[in-house]
Amino acid sequence: MRIFQTIWGKLWLILFCLALLSLPLWADPYIIYMVNISGIAVIAAIGLNILTGLTGQISLGHAAFVAIGAYTSAILASKLNTPFWLTIPAGGIVASFFGILLGFPCLRLKGLYLAMATMSFGVVVEYGITHWDSLTMGVRGISVPAPTIFGYTLGDPSKLFYVTIFFVTILTLGAKNLARTRIGRAFVAIRDRDVAAEVIGINLTKYKVMAFAISSFYGGVAGGLYSYSTTYLHPENFTLLLSIEYIAMIIIGGLGSILGSIFGAVFLTAMPDIIKGFADFMGRQFVFLHGRYDEEWNIAAFGLLIMIFLIVEPTGLNGIWTRIKTSFKNWPFTY
Amino acid sequence: MTEGAIYFLQLVISGIAVGSLYALVALGFVLIYKATDIMNFAHGEAMMVGAFVCYALVVAGIPFLWAVLMTTGIAMFFGLATERLILRPMIGEPQFAVVMVTIGLSIFLRSVSGIIFGHDNKIFPSELSDQTLVFKGLVLSYTHLWAMLISGLMVILFFLFFRFSRVGLAMRGVANDQDTAMLMGISVKRVFALTWGISFAIAAVAGIFLANVMVLNIAICLVAIKAFPAVILGGLESIPGAIVGGLVIGVLETLVGGYLDQAMPGVKDLTAFVVLFLVLMIRPYGLFGKKEIERV
Repeated sequence: MRIFQTIWGKLWLILFCLALLSLPLWADPYIIYMVNISGIAVIAAIGLNILTGLTGQISLGHAAFVAIGAYTSAILASKLNTPFWLTIPAGGIVASFFGILLGFPCLRLKGLYLAMATMSFGVVVEYGITHWDSLTMGVRGISVPAPTIFGYTLGDPSKLFYVTIFFVTILTLGAKNLARTRIGRAFVAIRDRDVAAEVIGINLTKYKVMAFAISSFYGGVAGGLYSYSTTYLHPENFTLLLSIEYIAMIIIGGLGSILGSIFGAVFLTAMPDIIKGFADFMGRQFVFLHGRYDEEWNIAAFGLLIMIFLIVEPTGLNGIWTRIKTSFKNWPFTY
Repeated sequence: MTEGAIYFLQLVISGIAVGSLYALVALGFVLIYKATDIMNFAHGEAMMVGAFVCYALVVAGIPFLWAVLMTTGIAMFFGLATERLILRPMIGEPQFAVVMVTIGLSIFLRSVSGIIFGHDNKIFPSELSDQTLVFKGLVLSYTHLWAMLISGLMVILFFLFFRFSRVGLAMRGVANDQDTAMLMGISVKRVFALTWGISFAIAAVAGIFLANVMVLNIAICLVAIKAFPAVILGGLESIPGAIVGGLVIGVLETLVGGYLDQAMPGVKDLTAFVVLFLVLMIRPYGLFGKKEIERV
């Protein structure tokens, strides 16, 4: 609990938790579903941020780990009737096994080359889940049964909500604490200068592979939750575009910051609805724009946001948040 | 010749034809990487935009050759604008950020083109004949022959440009060492702008060509993703490497498609990425690239 230092910080946190936990009592089912999806995105984004933001290893294959986790838990649940509290961690463990498998050959690669290697890993995994028909049902898609606990079905979003929130809380606290330990500091040292990190006694092999393993574990757990949340998986859900979307989340949120991943994930998950609302509004104001809304607008906005944030605000939403906070704290002084 | 040998040779020839298209695309990557040390992930989209612009001009009734010329001009302007608005603010930022900016640009351009031009396939009003050349049982279409010819021509032009022209020399200087180039009186900014302009123009030509060989739709920019393995295989800053890499990937892909597709459907599209992965594991700087030496 020492990560929340001030009394106000704790108070706001408690209020936020209360509001969040009581959400299923008063909110619209669609909002609850959106919160679930954002929670899942938060987990995946934190995972990617550990690898890319903390350790500085670019990955364009994060969607592959999410896919592995999602398919693992979907297959375990639908074919072997495994309960959900086993399948979700199992998704994480299988994904992190593949993460280690990818981590070892990627030790030598940096920057651009690493991006290429992880991208081709993503393509291979996408091919695998499309064509390994007997296991993944290929392009027909696989449907996931609703999770049950003690004979009690957690089918609809408002019940699944608590499962998601449980995992989000555990994994966020885990990541936040990880960043403060020796492991987290070793990651940052590797990011800043790998040769120097090795000189001061950090085992590069061990920590780089560990970063891959942890990051893909988060991805896998997110995938497991995703499979229960959507109840139907299709290979088209896990393309390169999803990897880019995760990258967009951590860039817009702020690289290397856990709070930033949360901001970015929630913001980008909510964005399609914001754009849609805005388009509807504009459509009502100007007749010629009516009904021109298109799914493509969302993707275009992703691209535009990535560019704007990288050029104008490289620290992301987290940087803006910190600035606002400090300027309030220091008021009426400028510094 | 036996039937098997003819089948093999036919595959190799179509592979070379496909490979020369990859090589043409790979050339654009190499040009930008050589001068600016940036891998342009939006290259495929530049191709696609060029092809669409040319298509729109031709449909509007402008003769094909004029349309190509106008497209080249527009693409050049577009490249200059991209450099000024998006890449110049990124000078001095870490490579990761620059790569991400081009990825952002790529998905932005792709979806905006989707909105403007739609997702349906368009048939490019082709000027190239669709006849085929038959030689001792081997078949090759004229469009593919053109692809090989133009790729070859481009390589020679590039070689002459970098070797003998003042601008080419400036580009090589900037690629080698920006600070020294600046001290020699080369305007690094202008060279960067010019590089992007030229590379977008080349991309547009390649795109028009691809649209002639294949159908014209948004998916045309995926060819660029196939050209990544070609560039990496050849070495990121080597023009002969781009050609060799493109041809090797093309031939391997058609061979794998010809022999293994029955057993594993769709494995053809995977070949390039498996090659990419292997090259990165064994020899990350490619066949002709410069090896980076790291000192502690």
